[in-house]
Amino acid sequence: MKQTTNLRINGTSYVHEVEPRLLLIHYLREVAGLTGPHIGCETSICGACTVAIDGKVVKSCAMFAVQADGSDILTIEGVAASGTLGAMQEAFWNEHGLQCGFCTPGMIMASRQLLERNPTPTEAEIRHGIDGNLCRCTGYQHIVNAVQAAAKAGA
Amino acid sequence: MIPQNFEYSSPRSLEAALDQLAGGPDGSADGSTKILAGGMSLIPLMKLRLAAPERLVDLRRVPGLNYIREESGVLHIGAMTTHYEVESSALVRAKCPLLAEAAANIGDVQVRNVGTIGGSVAHADPAADYPASLLALEASVTLVSKAGERTMSVEDFLVDTMTTALEPGEIVREVTVPLEKSGAGTAYAKMVQPASGFAIVGVAARIGEGFARIGVTGLASKAYRARNVEALLEGGADAATAAAVIAEGVDANSDLHASADYRRHVATVYAARAIRQAISRKY
Repeated sequence: MKQTTNLRINGTSYVHEVEPRLLLIHYLREVAGLTGPHIGCETSICGACTVAIDGKVVKSCAMFAVQADGSDILTIEGVAASGTLGAMQEAFWNEHGLQCGFCTPGMIMASRQLLERNPTPTEAEIRHGIDGNLCRCTGYQHIVNAVQAAAKAGA
Repeated sequence: MIPQNFEYSSPRSLEAALDQLAGGPDGSADGSTKILAGGMSLIPLMKLRLAAPERLVDLRRVPGLNYIREESGVLHIGAMTTHYEVESSALVRAKCPLLAEAAANIGDVQVRNVGTIGGSVAHADPAADYPASLLALEASVTLVSKAGERTMSVEDFLVDTMTTALEPGEIVREVTVPLEKSGAGTAYAKMVQPASGFAIVGVAARIGEGFARIGVTGLASKAYRARNVEALLEGGADAATAAAVIAEGVDANSDLHASADYRRHVATVYAARAIRQAISRKY
């Protein structure tokens, strides 16, 4: 039976009737039309679908949309909502923190969470903080550099 | 990766959740209804259709299941407390650092933000991180059903691979850990499977004056206490000698990540590391 789901995504209210089995990532991409969060592995390993729910990053392929009812969701689209890149995005740009870019939306979300909780991480702490996100271009060194640059800039 | 359809509810009281788990106020639980906590184990199983419950009762709106507090020398952790909350709790870090260390080693930040201690123990994955530490800490679980509450040791609760002593209609309500009176040292050493974050082998050691407690995960069909290692340590054996027997007589798991022989060997290495580190942390 479909259920009414009320979500606030990037500051906008979304109300839809959805099947309980609809995964949040499919809701975001196909119902809300937000294709920033990507589907990489769909097995809750790769982290490309990472979004923040009430300030905590989650893998949106490992959660049903109905579980987020009443929550505040931030996707990568909301990070540069004003059309200006956020500080972490700016750091990824400056440090060449992306190659093909597929993992980048998830990387940015996880990296933001890391700096929120630990503004001055060591390299080891950065690698631990983003170990739920895979980059199949294996461009990790520049991603780590980007997070370090964002930390230095006080992002 | 679309799960079989199901009915979903998120009741606002424990009584309502227990009623729904039992199939209604007058019903009896038949196993077609599953409790949903963080979902970090259950939802992947549903996506693979290895689990196909007809109804999910989500505990996220049930009040009073998310807390960490100390009462007369016992640490009480509500079932819906997330791994991140355990990992970052000043109380847990100060009074029960082994549990914080185990929580910090679970999966990745996205899993730790959502996954819960109650869900983890109820799922009883033989490679999960928490059980090794909970066994070494001699922790207990409190289960609640419409008939009332009961408490049992985590050791008795973990029956086999993904099998616990939970009866139909029961919910894990809290985990309790007796806090250390004297200065035991603790450590958790884990060989991580890099994609999933699960333990290929994980060993939790808790060593104090005259006693040793060793919890092992990943090696066998369920997490267990290595009493042979504990006895050797209590008899004065050094870390390497005691660790060497950890896999003796154990029917070790074998999968594409690690053969049984390799797991047995790795267990001795990680046991020695955990024991040495625990001893170095005694105070």
